[in-house]
Amino acid sequence: MSARKPARQHLRLLPVVPSVLLLLLFLAAPVLWSFHASFTNAALTGRNARNPVWTGVDNYARLLTDSAFPASVVLTVVFVVASAIVGQNLLGLLIAGLMTRARKPVSAFVGTAVVAAWVLPEIVAAFAAYAYFSKDGTLNQLLAAVGWAGTDWLYTFPMVAVVLANIWRGTAFSMLVYRAALADVPQDISEAALMDGASGRQRLVFITLPLIRSSIATNLMLVTLQTLAVFTLIWVMTAGGPSNTSTTLPVLAYQEAFKFGDIGYGTAIASVLIVLGLVFGIAYVRLLKGEHR
Amino acid sequence: MTTTERAARRTASGSAASPERRQASAPADAALLLIGACFLLPLLWLVFASLDTNAGYQTRMPANASLSNFAAVLTPELLLRPLWNSLLLSGGTAMVTLAAAVLAAYPLSRFQSRFNKPFLYSILCGTCLPITAIMVPVYGLFVQLRLLDSMPSTVLFMAATALPMAVWMTKNFMDTVPVSLEEAAWMDGASGLTALRTVVLPLMRQGLGVVFIFVFIQTWGNFFVPFILLLSPSKQPASVSIFSFFGQHGAIAYGQLAAFSILYSVPVLVLYVLVARGAGGSFALSGAVKG
Repeated sequence: MSARKPARQHLRLLPVVPSVLLLLLFLAAPVLWSFHASFTNAALTGRNARNPVWTGVDNYARLLTDSAFPASVVLTVVFVVASAIVGQNLLGLLIAGLMTRARKPVSAFVGTAVVAAWVLPEIVAAFAAYAYFSKDGTLNQLLAAVGWAGTDWLYTFPMVAVVLANIWRGTAFSMLVYRAALADVPQDISEAALMDGASGRQRLVFITLPLIRSSIATNLMLVTLQTLAVFTLIWVMTAGGPSNTSTTLPVLAYQEAFKFGDIGYGTAIASVLIVLGLVFGIAYVRLLKGEHR
Repeated sequence: MTTTERAARRTASGSAASPERRQASAPADAALLLIGACFLLPLLWLVFASLDTNAGYQTRMPANASLSNFAAVLTPELLLRPLWNSLLLSGGTAMVTLAAAVLAAYPLSRFQSRFNKPFLYSILCGTCLPITAIMVPVYGLFVQLRLLDSMPSTVLFMAATALPMAVWMTKNFMDTVPVSLEEAAWMDGASGLTALRTVVLPLMRQGLGVVFIFVFIQTWGNFFVPFILLLSPSKQPASVSIFSFFGQHGAIAYGQLAAFSILYSVPVLVLYVLVARGAGGSFALSGAVKG
């Protein structure tokens, strides 16, 4: 930070320029453009595509009156809470916990099975989930084997199907985080509690969970963000239907912009999502900074 | 990053490093196997259907297993050109990302500056940006700038989305290379960038490989971005062409769809195993922002 050689100081940062340019042009600009376009009547085709007109907060006012938006917010919250916060998070913790007690080959095998669903290209995972939940699919075969008549899951319970599919697809991440966190829990504390007669549940609630709380916080934050952005899985499985009963915000933004050609309204929905993402992002950075102190 | 990073390192050493609990319990084994079976079931259909010429959505052993589904989709039109496009997109994105990340990581890792922390934390915040949310505005922006339906601009966009994580990872890898080695090079009159090229980069080869493969896998599997930005079928990668195939023939040719899916997935599965074997930890870390 020497004042004598400011030029040299700046020169040293020169290699950062390509990254900064890429980030500004392809991430920051779309975000700013999104906020701008959400105040216009920009359209996909036609006159409003060439010369969009400033319409003030019209799009945002429409968000509140259009029944599709509140319904979509509710579905998004349900999707995130059920599949990420409850499903992936708890199942990931459960698998990681079981792995500390299971035989090594069993852990390795199950770990591979869980990770496989996560490493596959998203479109392939979506096809597999579609086939699994479809009327003639594996799930109904299993149910038939125990004497239950299945149903067409993708039509009758689309949210159940996409929530379960997203748990299947994303649990690997939570599992990896918790495996690492549990491996860091000092063995002797838990053993001491065992000596003092603490039950398994007491040890979990009073010792293990408090010790891994920062991992829990980080994991919750990241799975929430990842799940908030899920599009392909839902798009392939239900396309948001039937009649918008599985239209989460990313699907709604896509439909408004590309199916109905209303870029202005689509960007308004996108802007809401971006703000949500940024709020979580800032919270995440603060959390990590706190950890460093 | 610390938690995930620790997570990463632990997974690297894997279960082998933590055999503290000596007695394994049978209920835990049984519960885990049940969960594992649930995770494998949906994938079983892919494998069976790909070998079955009369496949439906049912999971069943093929009556007369054959590779004819694979033969049917292995045409230049259906599979080879889309795979080539996927390769161009993923390879291009990984190279651009890696080059930009290495350049950016060097001053961030080596010189103290008031600029470092704010920059690193704001791009960390950028990793939290839901990419699916910005696709509508990106489309709008690309229309205005006439960048739509162009492979190079799609590569640059995908590189920008992968960059925040790549810069963090590359900087972390670079931090582990001792500065003293470079100082020797500086003494000999090498400039900063020469020292980077001749001393630092060779020492962090493995880390660079991890970043490259991470970005490659992420781009290879990406459906939404090329779906929005690439319009002509001749430029579309496998993720998009498989979706059109599904729309046109998927309702009839389940077996071919499954065969297509498997051929398209194999490269990333192989790459993942490669990295998981070698430097699995850092890879798990990168997974932090996947999706």
